[in-house]
Amino acid sequence: MPGILSYGAYLPHRRLDRSEIAPVAGTGGGKGTRTVASYDEDTTTMGVEAARLALRAGPDVAPASLWFATVAPAYLDKTNANAIHAALRLDGSVLAADFGGAVRSGVAALRAALASSAPTLIVTADIRTGLPGSADEANGGDAAAAVLVGEGPVLAELIGSASATAEFTDRWRTPGDVRSKLWEERFGETQYVPLGEQAWNEALKDAGLSADQVDRIVVTGPHGRAVTAFGRKIGAGDKLVGDLASTVGWTGTAAPALLLGAALDQATPGQVIALVSLADGADVLLFKATDALASFTAARPVAEQAAAGSPVPYGKFLAWRGMLPVQPPNRPEPSRISASAAGRTVDWKFAFSGHADVVGTITTFTIDRLAYSQSPPVVFAVVDFEDGGRQPLELTDVDVAEVEVGKKVEMTFRRLFTADGLHNYFWKARLVR
Amino acid sequence: MSSHGIKDRVAIVGMSCTKFAERFDKSLDDLLLEATEDAYASAGVDRDSVDAYWFGTAQSSMSGIGLAKAIGVGNRPITRVENYCATGSEALRNAAYAVASGAYDVAMAVGGEKVKDSGYQGLNGFPMPTDGTNRTLTAAAMFSMVAPAYAKKYGVELDEIKKVLARIASKNHYNGARNPTAQFRKEMSVEQICGMPAVAGMLSVFDCAGVADGAAAAVVVRAEDAHKYTDHPIYIKALSFVAGDGSTLLDPAYDYTTFPEIVACAQDAYAQAGITNPRTELAMAEVHDCFTPTELALMEDLGFSERGTAWKEVLDGAFDLHGDLPVNPDGGLKSFGHPVGASGLRMHYEAWLQLRGEAGDERQIDNSRGKALIHNLGGYPGEMVSFVSIVGNELG
Repeated sequence: MPGILSYGAYLPHRRLDRSEIAPVAGTGGGKGTRTVASYDEDTTTMGVEAARLALRAGPDVAPASLWFATVAPAYLDKTNANAIHAALRLDGSVLAADFGGAVRSGVAALRAALASSAPTLIVTADIRTGLPGSADEANGGDAAAAVLVGEGPVLAELIGSASATAEFTDRWRTPGDVRSKLWEERFGETQYVPLGEQAWNEALKDAGLSADQVDRIVVTGPHGRAVTAFGRKIGAGDKLVGDLASTVGWTGTAAPALLLGAALDQATPGQVIALVSLADGADVLLFKATDALASFTAARPVAEQAAAGSPVPYGKFLAWRGMLPVQPPNRPEPSRISASAAGRTVDWKFAFSGHADVVGTITTFTIDRLAYSQSPPVVFAVVDFEDGGRQPLELTDVDVAEVEVGKKVEMTFRRLFTADGLHNYFWKARLVR
Repeated sequence: MSSHGIKDRVAIVGMSCTKFAERFDKSLDDLLLEATEDAYASAGVDRDSVDAYWFGTAQSSMSGIGLAKAIGVGNRPITRVENYCATGSEALRNAAYAVASGAYDVAMAVGGEKVKDSGYQGLNGFPMPTDGTNRTLTAAAMFSMVAPAYAKKYGVELDEIKKVLARIASKNHYNGARNPTAQFRKEMSVEQICGMPAVAGMLSVFDCAGVADGAAAAVVVRAEDAHKYTDHPIYIKALSFVAGDGSTLLDPAYDYTTFPEIVACAQDAYAQAGITNPRTELAMAEVHDCFTPTELALMEDLGFSERGTAWKEVLDGAFDLHGDLPVNPDGGLKSFGHPVGASGLRMHYEAWLQLRGEAGDERQIDNSRGKALIHNLGGYPGEMVSFVSIVGNELG
């Protein structure tokens, strides 16, 4: 039976304290924090980070396909999975494809991959946003999560699954709009809970299990009340896996794989884990952890990442999201990259010529307050790598006061700038924390 | 590699330099016309006697036509040259070789840049299509890395280095205040400069070259013809040029306290000119003080100071206007700004004035050593072009 061969989660470094929202927006906010993708991140770059972690931790299984799912794609028309494919140095024969548009596409990609025996890398990512003061802004979180599925030394075997689909409109967004709109809350709840129960019962039947044989239950979805009501309805109780709402927020397309990862981080062999997604219907996947899980170490456990990070002020968050245009430095904006030039240097530009996982040390650095940046100042370091090379690189996810000669850095895939709608992807360095 | 040089085979017989400033009222053509007319007058020639031109501009114009149209000279060989911030010197180097070869009797090197029409502060690179992985750091930030690296290597406190850099800027401002052609003519004390906020690393705007428009020109002839034009020609003793291959940037052994291209270039120039001790044989030097740490490192790379000692010599005033070896007696890039195509020729213009005793009472140095060095660079630490020339007021 196919199952999960490896997984990796990526939470961006920055955290927005929700209490900072209301004093500015006049409304909204709440308690706790949410994760915030940096100005130089998008769903593709975060997807690369999660996928790197999944492949680093997993067995030596080459994916036959790479499927990328997001609600917030960096490009339309052009497949975003190709950049991830290039960053991971996957073979040219590997299919790369996008599952786009709806929140459900993340869990749907996972279900579809598990229906096949071919090894497939599922990468999900999302950047959640809304108008200032909205619930989506406060409750959302940015993340990416990747799962390598297939047959072989699986960590968790798929033992049952089911879906329920029905057409109803609870949440919608017109392409190009910055926010989603919602129908009144009660309506969605009355739709989601029965659909969830239907899929839950069918999945248990598919697995030949009774509900009390399930050890850990992940429930996630865009409708918070429906998620809570469903958990109550099936009597999940203390079997519920924490939803990271108070630190990370609800991460949309990435949420099912992220929370499944969080559950696997803590599961023990033999446990049955249920993943329930309530998004435009219901999807239930039942996994049984194998003995292989005992010897598996996640490259970066979810709880560890959720506890890390450093704050970003609300004003900067709004600026990064394009909600609060701020005065740029009076320097020429970058010109668009050449597609043909980039095409000749794919391995360098997207995969750092295979050195992306090599750790480096800051030999010297400078703070550039004159250079054009979407978030000045530019912090720039001369980095000497453990394998002997040197490269001058921009640092990211860093506060000026943190930078010191001698500190270790690791590589991270970022979007340097966008010009003429063309994203310029390349690598930056960040402090090893 | 052979580098024979053309010592004493070519002479500069006329030079000019426009006022360097934010010349919003003047076009590039205006500046080029002013520089060439003044250079013709300086050499005592009319425009028809100049056989060929080398036109240096980094990004204000393209091709020889840019100069031909500006000065109204047609049907002449006019070559546009570009070599980063050493563009002006490169024009002179090529004009000198053309005369030395015998191909032409009289050649002119002209450099000009209209920096202030960009609408942005500072110098901004001409955008070229790339894969997007090249650095986007400012030159100020790249050169700022020299200061802490130098301090660390030679055990100098950062506060002390800040003073050394301010001393360099203050010295250049002092000299520029005495030069009517300079952009900035105001003295600045070390204390004033140290009090400025940092913009790149530990550098403030007062550690950076100004930004100005300007043009400059030189008329060159074969040395044996020089006295037909002037009683006081300046002879070219050495012309050296080095383009680095960028490998230094990726070399883990590189420590940002020196510029290897400049060391190589200076050695070549000294060999061409027969100079064994630049510190005692040179009357002055014009060097590329794009940023104050650059001038500090150059004092050692050009062999004026032993390694690790330039910072002390700066504080001791060795390179002051009337110091042991005056450096940038005209005020340097600090006081002139940096119209890229013109700067190299502007540096030679100061050597022309000083070696002929024409720098004026306020600025004239003791020129009895008879030789001047001009250093002009382009690029960044680790990825640089370097030009060094040596000129003298006597043959031999």
